[in-house]
Formats: sequence, structure tokens, C-alpha cells
Amino acid sequence: MSRNPIASFANDSDEVVRFDDVSMRYGRGPDVLRDLSFSLAPGTFHFLTGPSGAGKSSLLKLIYLAAQPSKGLIHLFGHDVAHARPQARPELRRRIGVVFQDLLLLDHMSAFDNAALPLRISGAKPTEYRADVAELLNWVGLGGHMHAMPPTLAGGEKQRLAIARAVVNRPQVLLADEPTSNVDHEMALRIYRLFVELNRLGTTILIATHDQDLVARSGRPSMHLEGGRIKLRPPQGPALS
Amino acid sequence: MSEMFDPARWRPAPFLPAQETRDGALVFVVAVLCFLACVTALGVIAADRAASGWTRQLSAEATVIVRPRPGETPDSAAAKAAEALAGVNGVTEARALEPQKAYDLVRPWLGDVADVEDLPVPRLVAVSLDARAPATAHALETALKAQGLDAIVDDHSLWLKDVRRSAGVARGMGTVVFLLIAGAAAAVIAFATRAGLAAQRDVVEVLHLTGAEDSFIARLFQLRFARVAAVAGLIGAGGAILSGAILRLLGGSQGLTPALPIAWADLVAVLPCPLLAAAVAAIAARLTAGALIREMQ
Repeated sequence: MSRNPIASFANDSDEVVRFDDVSMRYGRGPDVLRDLSFSLAPGTFHFLTGPSGAGKSSLLKLIYLAAQPSKGLIHLFGHDVAHARPQARPELRRRIGVVFQDLLLLDHMSAFDNAALPLRISGAKPTEYRADVAELLNWVGLGGHMHAMPPTLAGGEKQRLAIARAVVNRPQVLLADEPTSNVDHEMALRIYRLFVELNRLGTTILIATHDQDLVARSGRPSMHLEGGRIKLRPPQGPALS
Repeated sequence: MSEMFDPARWRPAPFLPAQETRDGALVFVVAVLCFLACVTALGVIAADRAASGWTRQLSAEATVIVRPRPGETPDSAAAKAAEALAGVNGVTEARALEPQKAYDLVRPWLGDVADVEDLPVPRLVAVSLDARAPATAHALETALKAQGLDAIVDDHSLWLKDVRRSAGVARGMGTVVFLLIAGAAAAVIAFATRAGLAAQRDVVEVLHLTGAEDSFIARLFQLRFARVAAVAGLIGAGGAILSGAILRLLGGSQGLTPALPIAWADLVAVLPCPLLAAAVAAIAARLTAGALIREMQ
């Protein structure tokens, strides 16, 4: 089986995500994704672009194991997902941070509890992470809202809280689905800079977005999805400072 | 902005929302089921005790009907039979009943006739048996025959069989009713778990996607419904204890009827109800949640 050389962004030895001829459909519908082959190396930063309905969210779902391919093989951190033991899947998910399109914050928990959730799930003791969570929330500008419940937060604050929850466990891969869709341009840039900072710390970033302006100004490569197929687009200019 | 947030004093929030409005209705339904189960258990215990008492009483006694042979008076035949039976191993006492007792027994069939004493009414001998090693009917008959007496031994075996069978039926029915109620409680919990999971689908999804294992999520629902069922079990058992105590106080050691004698000690039997209810709920919730979480994937 040959992989599309255009869409290969990593060496086989160190890729964190690899798709081999992956297709996906919902029920008996047509393929949403068709024969995708690509891989992502650790520490890379990519945008995922494409028109509405192109399958960006579906592709992300395949990576964070919320959906299954109808064909092809997906490898995460070197593990063949289809043949991984069911018990291994939660462990793989913990290595991936996700900023969901609809954020999926838990309304019955405070901002601090929401941000600390992945650490609690991984079994860490509160004494081990309390200070780290507080520091992270300060870093994303929510230091004054730690005890606020999500329904009382503004759109941008919710976005940043979702990002804090996605990165608190220091994931190896961060997936963000339209993280700037509900914020103004200035907030979008602030969020983008957050991702850049995380990327500098070594996290592989993949951001699905409609914001072509942001992609163009970022100086980052993008994967463009259209008609169920993927194409690599090189950086369109120098990176934002 | 209100008070400053102090991370050092932070305590983790529960993974599932603390209280649901439907919990109250669930507690009520499970409490009613627990109450019925406890009352059934008390009824079975009481019926069992009544049956044991009757059995003990019947097996400790035998009645001998003595018919006088020609040339014998009824009284002398009865006295002779009592003397013969008293010497049998396993008999503690044999006593010829007064003629009046025999007349009293036949009077309901004959009516209040004046000359009942003139009728050839057989005499009765009451035999008390040793509870540890009672004499058999055959031993009694042999002793009577040896004395040339015309007598029939009634060792109450016919009645004993009926009483034992009735007690067995009561026990069996009680157990079936108890199991049906436990099954109904499990079904109610399963429905509630399903509804709870549907209502908390977003929470389950987030927990799942942030790396929680299926068993971790299922355990959350298991603990939640076990707690609800334990509270309901406590209420149901409390209600049953209260009802039993009222019956005991009103009816004394016989309860409201001799067929269901209640003892104070019986009320202890319902104490495990909250634990049992919690266990049934935990199993039902775990199985339902596990299956639903697998479906959601």
C-alpha cells in the first residue's frame, strides 16, 4: 500500500498520527472521507481547512477515537487503533487533548474543576495538580474566574477554558475544532498565540478552522479537505510574530 | 467578583451532577418495593414460626380411641389402655380423659340431647410423647394389642403432613414474591440508570473523550444508584419495622392472628434490606451502564 507523498509530514519512525487509505462514512451514507493517507510528526503545527461538510470534524473524531473508519488503518503513537485492546483506548485518548467545536464544558463544575478533569480521570491526587491547574488558568487569563461556572463565562472565556482542559494533561497531540469560531478577531489571535506557545513546548497541533485569514497569516502548513480527499498546502507567508 | 479562589482549599466536584429531580420519585418507588419485600419476609417468618409451633405441638401428642369389648366398661377399658401406654418407651404421660370430654366432642354432631351419656361413646386417652424420642404409632398399637384392647391410635400424622405442606407453600410463595420484588427493583433501577445516562450523555461523552475508562464511568452510576437504593431500602425497612412493631404491640406475641405470630426478634430480619437494595441496584446499574456505554461508542 502506498501513501500519498504530498500529505506525508513525518518520518515513519516518529509519527504520532498516521492514516493509511482511511475512508469513513456515517451509516449507509456516502464516504465523508475517502482513502486518506497522511501522517503527523511530533511537534508539528498544521491547520485543517475545507468547506463546511468537507469532513474536518469527522477526521478529528477519527484521531480522538470518537469514530471508527469504514476502511483503512489508523496508527496513533505507533499503535494500530483497530487492533488495540479496548483497555488501551482510554490510555491513547489521554495522550490527545481536544478542544471540541461545541466546547463540551461541564456546567455543574466550576472552571477549576473543568480544567482539572483530565488529571482527575487519570488518577492524579488533588495535591499533585492543584497548583498546576491554577497556574494554567492564570496563563489562559482565567485566574479571576476559577470558581465561575461555565454558563456564567463569556464566549472567549469558555474557549480558553476548553483549551486549558485540553492541555492540562500535557498531551502529545492537541486537536482543536473551530476554536476561534465564536470569538472576535483579537480573541482569535490570542487563542492562536496560545497554540503556538504550546507547540513550542513540543505539542503536535492540528486545528480545524474556516478562518482562512488566520491560516494565511500564521505561516503554517495546512491540510485542505475537499470532496473527501486531502491536499497539503504549504505555508502562505511568513509566520505571525 | 466575590471571594478569592484558593486552590489549596479546593475540593473536587462530583463527576455527575449532585441531585436529579427524578431521584425523589425513584427513592419513593424503590422504598415501596423494599417495604413490600420486608413485609413479605416478616410474613414468611411469622408463618414459619406458626407452622413450627403447630408441628411441635402435634408431634408431642397422640390420641387413642378405646372401644370397650363385651363385658368391659368404657372407663375400665380406658384406664387399662392408659396404664399400658404409660409403660411404652417415648411416652411421658398417658391419661384417660373424663367421659365428659368424649361427650363434649360428639355433642356438636348429635345436638343437645339429654341422654347422650347412654350412648356407647368410646373413651379417649391423651398420650404425651417424649419430644426428643417420641414413641411411634406402631409401638403404641403393639402395647395396646398386647393387652387385648380394641383401640385406634391417632398420632396426628395426617395433620402434621398438612401443616408442613402449608408451611412449605407459604415459604415458597414468600420466596417467589420476594424474588419478584427484588427483580422489579432491579428493573426500576435499570430504567433509572438508562434515563440517568441519557440525561447525562454530555457528561459521559466528555468523561469518555478525556480518557475515562468504561468501568470508571459505569462505577459513577453504580455508586449513585446504590446510594439511592440504600436510602430507599432504609425507608422501606423502617416502614416495615414500624408496621411489625405496631402489630406486635396491638396483638401481643400472636400479632393480629395466631397464624402470623410476630416476635420482636423478627424485626431484625429486615435490617439487611438497605444493603440488599444497594447491592441489587449496584449490579443493575453497573450492567446497564456498561452496556449503554459500549453502545455509545
